[in-house]
Amino acid sequence: MSALLDVAGVTRAFDGRTVVDGVSFSVAAGEAVALIGPNGAGKTTCFNIIGGQLAADAGRVRLDGRDVLGLRPGRLARRGVGRTFQTAAAFPSLGVRANVQAALLARRGGTLDPVRAARRRHRAEADALLARVGLSALADRPAGVLAYGDLKRLDLALALAAGPRLLLMDEPTAGTAPDERHALMALVDGLVRDDGLAVLFTEHDMDVVFGHAHRVVVLADGRAVASGLPERVRLDPTVRAVYLGGDSADAAEPSSRYPESPPA
Amino acid sequence: MAFLVVQTLTGLASASSLFLVASGLSIIFGVTRVVNFAHGSLFMLGAYAALTLEPAIGFWPAVLAAPVAVAAFGAGVEMLVLRRVYGAPELFSLLATFGLVLIIRDGVILLWGPADRLGPRAPGLQESLPLLGSNVPAYDLFLIALGPLVLGAVWALFRFTRFGILVRAATQDRGMVAACGVDERWLFTGVFALGAFLAGLGGALQMPRETIHPDLATQVVVLAFVITIVGGMGSVTGAYLAAVLIGVLNAVGLAYLPHATLVLPFVVMAVTLVVRPQGLLGERPPAGGTAEHAAPPPLPAWGRPAWVAAGVVLAVAAAVPLWGGGWLQMVVAEIAILALFTAGLQVITGLGGMISFGHAAFFGLGAYGAALAHKYLDVGLAGGLVSGTLLAAAGALAFGPLCVRLSGVYLAMLTLAFAEILHAGATQWYGVTGGDNGILGLWPGGVFAMPWAYALLAVGLVALALLGLRRYAFSPAGQGVRAARDNPRRAEASALPVARLRLAAFLVGGGVSGLAGGLYAWLKGSVFPGVLAVETSVEALVMMLLGGVHSLAGPVLGAAVFKTLEVGLATRTDLWRMVLGGVIVLLVVAAPGGLAGIGNRLRGRGS
Repeated sequence: MSALLDVAGVTRAFDGRTVVDGVSFSVAAGEAVALIGPNGAGKTTCFNIIGGQLAADAGRVRLDGRDVLGLRPGRLARRGVGRTFQTAAAFPSLGVRANVQAALLARRGGTLDPVRAARRRHRAEADALLARVGLSALADRPAGVLAYGDLKRLDLALALAAGPRLLLMDEPTAGTAPDERHALMALVDGLVRDDGLAVLFTEHDMDVVFGHAHRVVVLADGRAVASGLPERVRLDPTVRAVYLGGDSADAAEPSSRYPESPPA
Repeated sequence: MAFLVVQTLTGLASASSLFLVASGLSIIFGVTRVVNFAHGSLFMLGAYAALTLEPAIGFWPAVLAAPVAVAAFGAGVEMLVLRRVYGAPELFSLLATFGLVLIIRDGVILLWGPADRLGPRAPGLQESLPLLGSNVPAYDLFLIALGPLVLGAVWALFRFTRFGILVRAATQDRGMVAACGVDERWLFTGVFALGAFLAGLGGALQMPRETIHPDLATQVVVLAFVITIVGGMGSVTGAYLAAVLIGVLNAVGLAYLPHATLVLPFVVMAVTLVVRPQGLLGERPPAGGTAEHAAPPPLPAWGRPAWVAAGVVLAVAAAVPLWGGGWLQMVVAEIAILALFTAGLQVITGLGGMISFGHAAFFGLGAYGAALAHKYLDVGLAGGLVSGTLLAAAGALAFGPLCVRLSGVYLAMLTLAFAEILHAGATQWYGVTGGDNGILGLWPGGVFAMPWAYALLAVGLVALALLGLRRYAFSPAGQGVRAARDNPRRAEASALPVARLRLAAFLVGGGVSGLAGGLYAWLKGSVFPGVLAVETSVEALVMMLLGGVHSLAGPVLGAAVFKTLEVGLATRTDLWRMVLGGVIVLLVVAAPGGLAGIGNRLRGRGS
C-alpha cells in the first residue's frame, strides 16, 4: 500500500531554535494516524506545515506522489486536503446549512456569483453532509449559537465538504465532553473505514489515540522518536520515558487523564 | 545646492514638531490600541493655550505650561470617553476620537474665534543666521536640536522609570501586564496624558512658525498618521525617523514638485502599508484582524413585514417629490443618495469586515467621473452617471488588491491614504479638476431639469441599487465574503477565494457609492474637492453606525436621521459640528449597535 501523505525530513526553526527536526512519516488511504507527544514536542508546528499555514526550512511533503510543501491552504484543499481546527468556530453569522453550502460553493467554483440566491445552491448535498455528522436537526440555526461539541461536528462537515482524500484534524476532541468525544471519533472511524479517507490527527486524550488510531507517531523535542502500531508504541520504553519523564509503570495503562490540560 | 540645504533645514525643523505629535500618537496606540484621531486637536489646543498664556507669563513659560494643561485635558478625555471604547472594535474607537475632533474644533471657535492667529516670536531666537548665502531662522535650528533631545528624554523615561517599563511591557502584551496586577486604567490614563503632553508641546512650539486656526487639527493629525504608520505603530524612534523623512520630503518637494506636495506623504504611507505594513521599526501586525471580538449577528432574511415596510418607505420617498416643495425634493433626493453611499460602505465594512476610513474616495470618484465626463465629453446625465460608476469601480479594482490583505487599523489607514491622495489630486490638479473652484454647470437637460423629476429618478435608481445589494448580500459572493469576515482561517482551509471575495466586495461597494457620487454631482450641479475629504468618509461611517452596521435597512435609516439632524441643526446653530461630535461619541459609547440595535435591545432581543 503506497502512502497518500508522505512527510520526509521536515524541519523548521524559530529564532534559531529547531522546533521540528527532520520528521518523517506517512499516512495511507484508509488509515488513521495519531501524532502525539508532550507539549512543545512540535506537533502543532508539524501540523501547520502539512496544512500549509506555515513554511518549512527543509524537507518534503508529498500528496499522492506530488509535492505540496508550501502550497497555501486553499490550494491544498483543492488537492484534496480537508482540515479541522483545534478551536472550531466555523462561520458564526451564517446558518449551519449555509456554512456547508459556502464550503461546497467554494469547491465547485461558484463562490464569486454575485446574483443567484446562495441558499438554493447545493442544498441537498449540504443536508446529506449534515446528516452524516448528525446536525440535521440544527440546519437552520446560526452557527454562532451551537454548543461546542456541535461546532466541532460542523467544522468536520466543512472539512468534508471539500471532498478530501486526506483529513487533518488538530485536536479533534479538545474541549468536548467525554461521550461526545467518542461519538465524534466513531464518526471519523466510519470515514476511514467506509470512505477510505486518510486521517492525520493530533490528540492529547490517550483513550482517543489508542482507541481510534491505526498507527501512532510520537514526537519529542522536534524528532519522531517512535512510530508504529498503538500496542507497540504504548510499550516502547523510549515513549514511556519522554512521555512520563522516565519510570512510571502506569504508562502502559490507557488513561483518560490528560498529560496536560487541553486549551479552553 | 544652497537652496536645497536651506529647504532641508526647514524640513528638519518641521520634523521636530511633527515628531512630537506622532510620537504621542504612537505611544498611545502601542499601549491602548486606540488610533487617536483627536491627536491633532490636542496639538492645536497646545498652540491656542500657549497663545493665550504668553501675554500673561511670557513665551517660554507659556510653551511649558500649555502642554501641561493639554495633558490634564487629555487625561480627562481619556477617563470620560476612551475608557469606554478600549474593548470595542477599532471602528468604534476611531469614530469616538473623530467625534472628539468635531467637538474640540467648535470648542476652539467658541473660545478663540474662527480667525487665523499668528503667534509671537521666541525671545532670544528672533535672529536669522546666514548660511550659504541664505538666512536660516535661529528658532528653526533650536527646533532641529530639540527633536533628538525629546527622543532621548522619552527613551530615558521608558528605560529607567517604573512607568516607562510598564508602558513598554503593555505595548508588548497588555493582557499580561493586567494579569500581573498592574491597574490598567491608570496606566492608560497616564499614557494618554503623556501623549497629550507631547502633542501640546508640539503645538506650543509651532506658535512662532505657523498661523494657528481651527482647521489645523485635521491637517496635523493626518500627517501624524502618515508618520506613525511609516515609522511603525508603537515605535518612538521609528516616529522620529519617519518625521525627518516626511518633513524633509515635504520641504524639498515644495521646491521641486510644487503640485505634488499634498500627495507625497500619502504616497509614502500607502507604499509603506503595502510593502511593509509594520513600518520602519514597528512590530508585525497580527494576522486575522478583529477575530477577538464577538461575532457579527446573522444577516436577517426579510419576512413579509419587512418587505411591506420597505415598500411603504419607498412610496413615501416617491410621494414627497410629487407633492412636496423644491426644498423638500432636494432633501429627499439627498437622503436617498447618502443612503446608497452608506450602503456601499456597508458592503465593505459590514459584510466584508474591512474597515474603510476612505470611502469618500468612491463617492468622489463617482462625482468627479460624472462631472469630468460631462465637461470634456459632453455625455449628459445618463453618460455621466455611467462614467462615475465606472470610474469608482475602476478605483476599487486598482486599489482593492492592495487593501484586501491588510486588516484593522492598518487597512483603515491605507483606505484613508487612498482617499487623501485623490483629495490632494482634486485640489492640486488645477488644470483638469479646477482645484478648489470645482467643476460647475452640471445641470441635467430634458425632464430631469425639473427638481421633482430628478428627485424621483434618484429615489428610483437608489431603490434599484439597494435591491441589487440585497441580492448580492445573499448571493454566493456576499455569503462568501461574510464567511471570510467571520473566520478567515476556516475560509482559507475550505478553499474560499478570500482575497477575490474581498475584492468583489470593494468592487460592488465602491461601484454603488460611485453611482451615489454621480447622482450627488448632478443634484448639486457642481463638484468640489470636499466630496473626497476625510469628513465625507466619516459621515458615511456615522450614517452606517446610526442605522446599524449589520442591518440592510440601516443605511436608509442612518441617512434619514443624519440628514434630518444636519438640516435641523445647521439652520439653528453654528455649532452643529459640536452636536454631531457629541452624537457620535454618545452613539459609540452608549449604542454601538446603532438605532436598530437600540430597538432590538428594547425588544429584549439583545444587540
